[in-house]
Amino acid sequence: MTDNDESLGIFAGTLGVARRDLLLAWKRPGDILNPLFFFAMVATLFPLAVGPSPEQLEFSGPAVLWVAALLAMLLSLNSLFLSDFEDGSLDQMLVSPLPLSALALGKTLAHWLTSGLPLVLVSPVVAITFRMPFSVTGILMLTLLLGTISLSLLGSIGAALTVGLHRGTALLSLLILPLAMPVLIFGARTVSLVAAGDGVAGGLYFLGAYAVLVLSFAPFATAAALRISNE
Amino acid sequence: MTAQLFASQLTLFRGERCLFTDLNFALNPSQLLLLEGRNGSGKTSLMRAIAGLIEFESGEILWGGISVRSNRQAFHGALVWMAHRVGFKADLTLVENLRFESHLRSQSKADFDDVLQRLDIDRLKRLPLRSLSAGQQRRVALARMLLSQVPLWLMDEPFTNLDREGRALVMQLTTEHLADGGMCIMAAHQDVEIDADVTKIVLQ
Repeated sequence: MTDNDESLGIFAGTLGVARRDLLLAWKRPGDILNPLFFFAMVATLFPLAVGPSPEQLEFSGPAVLWVAALLAMLLSLNSLFLSDFEDGSLDQMLVSPLPLSALALGKTLAHWLTSGLPLVLVSPVVAITFRMPFSVTGILMLTLLLGTISLSLLGSIGAALTVGLHRGTALLSLLILPLAMPVLIFGARTVSLVAAGDGVAGGLYFLGAYAVLVLSFAPFATAAALRISNE
Repeated sequence: MTAQLFASQLTLFRGERCLFTDLNFALNPSQLLLLEGRNGSGKTSLMRAIAGLIEFESGEILWGGISVRSNRQAFHGALVWMAHRVGFKADLTLVENLRFESHLRSQSKADFDDVLQRLDIDRLKRLPLRSLSAGQQRRVALARMLLSQVPLWLMDEPFTNLDREGRALVMQLTTEHLADGGMCIMAAHQDVEIDADVTKIVLQ
């Protein structure tokens, strides 16, 4: 029996969970498109409401795009563990010999690939409505790339804590937003600074360091939260 | 203290309600532990607690002489649980679901098709689980148990939704598993006709 157990790699377990969730997302594309649609709507409606003044659009662009991205990520987080909780898959993961943190990391990876990465990819298109220059768009994508990784990981903790509650969205937002503030502040400010011609290295380093910090504890916190929520 | 699975002085609360106190049992290879009791008497809660999903108020379970709390990985590697909810994804096909299971616990790849044939679900392979009947989904859950090749089976109401043949099949499979030196903990309402060493626990 022990020989078999060793062939059950932890890494393979993480990737197995991620692949299953990607397959599910592929079969139900609506779940991915919803947050993406929200992001695109907010970002395209805002310039219409503000008016056509170029200075104002250039000034508020980074902030609006970042707030829209943050809210879109929050919107997609609620369902992260919900279907597994409801159909009993979560119970089966909890009685697996693999560490729950590895499986939770797999779910978070799939979540980032289906929610965070699409936001990064559509952001240059949406940024056009804010008259963002091409050089700034690259930095916007880079900050979103690093920032959404942190948001997915932080969000998985909140989603795990609120999975047993009905309508836990408000509570989830309250739990996550304080930890997500540094990401929003540094993300939006870094883009504003580069638009004004300043250096960007400091902000990017911070976002990268924050992502690594969150990556180091979020899977374990998520696993502990899932055990409590599933009692 | 030589039993493979040994539970001593278990006490379990759900909310304010005490389900049982000072429950003791031992389980050895080729033995079946049958949990009985009316609805709401705590059979499922006991099963979940044995699986490690709920904490006992007091008491301890030993697996091979070691507390499962300090040796969770080895214990979970030795059990498979057929819960009330089947725990499969409705949008994925039967094969996709069972293949995912192989990431969670070791599976024998050799008899994949044999197992499906034996459970009479091999023609449903390519269908999404949502299009299967409740009884057929229970059969897929049985396939998970057979493929996992672990000594301890936890079965919560395994006869639910199954037809007469299905119920007979569950009893036959359990008998074979016990004859092979396996162990089984089963919660059931029905009379179970299994020719083995059976211990009964009746929850009040």
